[in-house]
Amino acid sequence: MKLGTVLSVIACLATIASAQDVQTIPVQGNVYLITGAGGNITVQIGDQGVLVVDTGLAGTSDKVLAAIRKLSPKPIQYVLNTHVHADHTGGNDAIRKAGATFTGANVTGNLVDIANGAQLFAQDNVMQRMSAPSGKQPPVPTANWPTETYVSGRKPMFFNNEPVIMIHQPHAHTDGDSLVFFRRSDVLVTGDIFVTTSYPFIDLERGGSIQGEIDALNTILELAIPGRQDEAGTYIIPGHGRICDAPELLEFRDMVTIVRDRVQASIKKGMTLAQVKAAGLTKDYDARYSAKSGIGTNDMFVEAVYKSVSQKK
Amino acid sequence: MSSAAKHFGPLLFLGSALLLAQGPGGYNPEPGVDLSGNWGPVFHEDAHERGPGPELVNYLGLPITDGARMYALAWDASRFTVPEHQCEVHIVSYIYRGPLNLKIWDERDPVSQKLVAIKQYIDNYEQTRTIWMDGRPHPPDAAPHTWMGFSTGKWEGNILTVYTTHLKQGWIRRNGLRHSDQTTLVEHFIRHADHMIHVSIVTDPLTLTEPLVKSQDFVLRVQTGQVWLYPCEPVVEIERPRGAVPHYLPGENPFLHEFADHYKIPVEAALGGAETIYPEYQTKLTKSTPAGPSAK
Repeated sequence: MKLGTVLSVIACLATIASAQDVQTIPVQGNVYLITGAGGNITVQIGDQGVLVVDTGLAGTSDKVLAAIRKLSPKPIQYVLNTHVHADHTGGNDAIRKAGATFTGANVTGNLVDIANGAQLFAQDNVMQRMSAPSGKQPPVPTANWPTETYVSGRKPMFFNNEPVIMIHQPHAHTDGDSLVFFRRSDVLVTGDIFVTTSYPFIDLERGGSIQGEIDALNTILELAIPGRQDEAGTYIIPGHGRICDAPELLEFRDMVTIVRDRVQASIKKGMTLAQVKAAGLTKDYDARYSAKSGIGTNDMFVEAVYKSVSQKK
Repeated sequence: MSSAAKHFGPLLFLGSALLLAQGPGGYNPEPGVDLSGNWGPVFHEDAHERGPGPELVNYLGLPITDGARMYALAWDASRFTVPEHQCEVHIVSYIYRGPLNLKIWDERDPVSQKLVAIKQYIDNYEQTRTIWMDGRPHPPDAAPHTWMGFSTGKWEGNILTVYTTHLKQGWIRRNGLRHSDQTTLVEHFIRHADHMIHVSIVTDPLTLTEPLVKSQDFVLRVQTGQVWLYPCEPVVEIERPRGAVPHYLPGENPFLHEFADHYKIPVEAALGGAETIYPEYQTKLTKSTPAGPSAK
């Protein structure tokens, strides 16, 4: 999907989001879900303060901050981005500025603005996608950029008496996807690698790929342990849609894998993209997953899979 | 009778009557009947499907969409061997079909004794189900879905009617036919002395072209029901590459004709659809080509 189309879809989402109220739902342990602000927003609270995963669309931040303040009066210390898209990072500036970074000694003394606002973490490719070489206009305003990035595959931290781990999933939905795993609360945030509202959006222009998407879904399945009688246990917060557990992610993983296999088999038969699209290879899943328009339609998903599988060759 | 009793007796009687009629914990008969007890299933209906299990590619009499049929034809029973699939629980819209002991009891407010919920323990898969009777709303859309869903009930005369949302994807028939997580379920529990009929109406516009109505029978067991435990520990049964999902590519299901040929019915009938429910379909079949051994 072209950048312009993505932007227009996000603008549409922004209009919808601004018209609806945000809703807060307890997930498990210290973790809460805020919906209605674009992409899902996850909030972890505790004695030390507040940690926020993704910030929704620009223009929804007042409502999001009000929802966070109902959960905790303590300072927002960390903001984490699961990936680059504006429906998950649009509120970066406003949410980050509402927080604070605690520093000490000569750090605070020498760098007077260091304590202003929360720290904002993302995988390094998010920064690469948001910024531009010197002298060129960056695609995203600098105020929305991460303040810290990681490149080592994972970024662990310990906050509110809980291990929190960002785990990079290369070339999945994009090339800068992070899972965020709250290990004590047993909640896993997936960003748009997993959504319950449509087919996954494989953003080929930003480094996504179907194999990376499937690999990431399998990683999530390995991390998420269902409870007794195959229910609950690790809760999974998708990028869009509702709270799930491992058996529900499993169905999504199966669907993505099966569609990939079908498209791959069609390519082996020499079928063109148009022929594959016309073959109705996703008819069994369309009623459940195909968006009516924009991001996440069957047509868009099949095209992304076709191009991604073809690129692999 | 003492003088005081003569004077205050009528007042005491009136006061007691008022308390009984109106006071908390007083005699306010609730609607409905008592479903409490241990119930066991009667299998004379659909026994073959409910016991050993349905044949592959037997979708007869089910009002499925083309998409649901395609899903089922792609489904390979070997998917049960994938560790993550091994412990999957039968969804509430299907679980009463299986062999099970069903225990039902009331959950009442300890002070007022008002009915808060009707609870069920289904020993197959160790499921405890709550049917809320206190008028609470269903959870928001973003709340988790479960095997038993979120149920609220009301008495319609002596029939307990239950409405369930927040279901996971689950079986329509356990040979690959699935309903979606958008499914809603209406049930009626109807007791006639020691016999109970359970009617379920599954509505899912994504996989069913019309509601799917089924019924199951139960009998009251005086003897305490056998309590089956259902511990499930997934294991690797077949070594596969990471993330492999057993399935058939479109048009390649090797069992497409097996059931139809065995019972000498046309494959088109075996593939189901709302039309195959109704008697008129028999007339249509007699006009079509008789089934015989089919070439794969």
